[in-house]
Amino acid sequence: MSPESATAVEKNLQMRLWRGDAEGGEFTEYNIPAQEGEVVLDVVHRIQAEEAPDLAVRWNCKAGKCGSCSAEINGRPALMCMTRMSTLNIEEPITVSPMRGFPIIRDLVTDVSFNYAVARRVPAFQPPKLAEGEVFRMQQVDVDRSQEFRKCIECFLCQNVCHVIRDHEDNKESFAGPRFFARLAELEMHPLDTLDRRRLTSEQFGLGLCNITKCCTEVCPEGIHITDNAIIPLKERVVDARYDPVAWLGRKITGKPDPTPAAVAARFAPETLAQQQEARSAGRIGTHPETSGAGTSR
Amino acid sequence: MAEYETHIVDVLIIGAGGAGLRAAAEASAMGASTAVVCKSLLGKAHTVMAEGGVAAALGNVWPEDNWKVHFRDTMRGGKMLNNWRMAQLHAQESPDRVLELEQWGALFDRTPDGRILQRDFGGHRYARLAHVGDRTGLELLRTVQHRAVDVGIEVFMECKIVRLLRDSEGHVNGAVGIWRETGKFIVFGAKSVVLATGGVGKMYKFTSNSWEGTGDGHALALWAGADLIDMECIQFHPTGMIWPPSARGLLVTEGVRGDGGILKNRDNERFMFNYISDYFKAETSDTIEEADQWYENKRDFRRPPELLPRDEVARAINSEVKAGRGSPHGGVFLDIASRRTAEDIKRRLPSMYHQFKELADVDITKDAMEIGPTCHYIMGGVRVDADTAAATVPGLFAAGEVAGGMHGANRLGGNSLSDLLVFGRRAGIGAAEHALSKEGTVTIDQEQVESIAKHALSFFDNEGKENAYAAHQALQNTMQELVGIIRTESELVRARGELHDLNERAKVVSVEGHRQFNPGWHLALDLEAMMAISQCTTLGALERQESRGGHTREDFPTPNNEVFGKVNMVTSMQGSEVQIRREPLPVMPPELQELFEEAH
Repeated sequence: MSPESATAVEKNLQMRLWRGDAEGGEFTEYNIPAQEGEVVLDVVHRIQAEEAPDLAVRWNCKAGKCGSCSAEINGRPALMCMTRMSTLNIEEPITVSPMRGFPIIRDLVTDVSFNYAVARRVPAFQPPKLAEGEVFRMQQVDVDRSQEFRKCIECFLCQNVCHVIRDHEDNKESFAGPRFFARLAELEMHPLDTLDRRRLTSEQFGLGLCNITKCCTEVCPEGIHITDNAIIPLKERVVDARYDPVAWLGRKITGKPDPTPAAVAARFAPETLAQQQEARSAGRIGTHPETSGAGTSR
Repeated sequence: MAEYETHIVDVLIIGAGGAGLRAAAEASAMGASTAVVCKSLLGKAHTVMAEGGVAAALGNVWPEDNWKVHFRDTMRGGKMLNNWRMAQLHAQESPDRVLELEQWGALFDRTPDGRILQRDFGGHRYARLAHVGDRTGLELLRTVQHRAVDVGIEVFMECKIVRLLRDSEGHVNGAVGIWRETGKFIVFGAKSVVLATGGVGKMYKFTSNSWEGTGDGHALALWAGADLIDMECIQFHPTGMIWPPSARGLLVTEGVRGDGGILKNRDNERFMFNYISDYFKAETSDTIEEADQWYENKRDFRRPPELLPRDEVARAINSEVKAGRGSPHGGVFLDIASRRTAEDIKRRLPSMYHQFKELADVDITKDAMEIGPTCHYIMGGVRVDADTAAATVPGLFAAGEVAGGMHGANRLGGNSLSDLLVFGRRAGIGAAEHALSKEGTVTIDQEQVESIAKHALSFFDNEGKENAYAAHQALQNTMQELVGIIRTESELVRARGELHDLNERAKVVSVEGHRQFNPGWHLALDLEAMMAISQCTTLGALERQESRGGHTREDFPTPNNEVFGKVNMVTSMQGSEVQIRREPLPVMPPELQELFEEAH
């Protein structure tokens, strides 16, 4: 072991982890020796292995690629696997709490099913028809924009900090959140997509509620410029779609379909929060009685 | 009587990585009612960690490329232990599978004329890997995820399958799992079950695998009476991070070497030139001058030795470190900083730049990376029929890493993502056809369900101090030290003994707390699978008395083509014991055999 590590080993960490469930809970303090080069998730794992075997925490890759271990570290939303202990002041207690923007399941694990419900409502990429043997041709410069949004690891930290839903639970019904504006922007800017989702973006996904505070961009571990590159351009395009007669005429001529009304609405009808809430209290989320229906359950 | 909910479907798919979701899309398209069950949230599967690319002979960069060249590279990379038919189907179908992803919204990096760009990787004769920077796995998973959601497949997230169910004839007809959130049981009845559970890396201490890689599917198949093959063939990826300790094992993409990165020892020597085996001599550069020209001119120059297949490079690194020429933390140096501009590195390898910067405080555009081998992939797996992905027990199918045969004794980089797509689709077809042709309804045997539930809950009743985390660490230490990258009889015999004792420990693990989202309990259940699979790997490693691909025996350092080159090591359950036997490899037809007789 290198000489500089010796000093680190002597330090003791005071970790305050939130323990509890939907009924309530509190911070529990664990004192554990520091080790060199650790991230917060390593320390949480050591506490789990040595002191609290039933400590609930989500994680998968431990490499910042899957977006499972989102939490709030000293109140700051971040991935536990990408937050090095050396960036924190270990003289003071370190708190780790679950994401505040989602209902708690247990300890550091929250119910992020809202995001999966919204994802179901986004109409997928619709390719143009290709002739036999023909392949897509796209220039790198034209795919760069959408590729930025496809870096998203779905950690849902942007959803967690977005004050439109963080502080106003009832907005979840009419507001998709930054992750899905990035997804909609990705589709909108895809050079070959043939569907026009602009009316849907404003009318069903609530783009207008965003007032560009950039909290989402600040917490994105992938450095995606959600506000500048997704939301603002989307807002401009949505305005064009509504009020620009030239754009309207263009759509008429090019025939790029605008799918908002009946057909799409029927297929992508939003499950209202009230329905979800009811399902949850009846214990039906996670216990689907039928499997014939489409969807994503937890 | 345990309480549980029941779901009846035609096709149940276990695992929501690339293979599982691709299988689901296909089964559903064929009209089978299809459900996917996965241990994590949707979109978090280990597929996201694949970095470099998906191998397909599209011929976009090198028109000379075609399926025959890809097939030949794959078989030679696998040291000819591959199931030839799987390798053939894979090479023939992967271009269509990649192009299909574009139809579903994938956005690969482009060539100047607007087609899919392809990059160089070890063991591939031509630049063949379609990619998106160094996050290709994420792109692939997101694409099939969006597809599965779009076609309306139901996904049961955060649900761990404990055992498969079988009917009176021994056919697989469902599965029993637990919801991680509530700890309640869930029972599936299904005419076909597809295993798409990925790998086994978590039985080793240093691995690139995520927490889910606990060999669940391998074990479920074994317990249901299916054969596994060549479980000793495990790939140690040559370039894993080794520093800091908490990051040890994390993958460093082969794309670093494909894009010009080189390996150096403590003395700044480009040591790979000392490790070119006779098998690859004809196609590998033997001077630095030649190697460096190959990146631009593949017609007149041979590939650099840094791009030999992974087994060769991992062994070379191991030898350098053993000879005392390693880096300060016991690896070697991977240098791209002195080879490419900072701008190029950040554009082509953004995740690697980010990963080293964040976790190790190393700027890879300025300094070399310290790297060493890490457990990455198991070539062995469930024995399947190449065309239908059917396992040896009726009703059971397997695709992706959990299936064996495709990659032989060593997998080439980029061949895993293409494997997922090709055989995910085939498993979806196989499972749907089987289900739709099977008459009658599925009847669930309540007694089996009861006994599985009782077993799963027994960990709460175990008294004593055996802790799941400690038992898991002990298993990882045994496997890392005794069944690791270089193996020998005396150590394998020791491992067999230790595993026997550990198995007894794993049975009496006691779980604290209650059933709701209890990771200690989940680990106790995962541990059962890892214990079973470690035994298969160790038995296979003892029995295969030769060195081939990902299986290296210090006491038998060369391949034995006459005996072991012609057999699969088959493990299966006989009563409560894992047994091993040899069975002949499928024989390649003459027209394919000819491909290996031509000069390179």
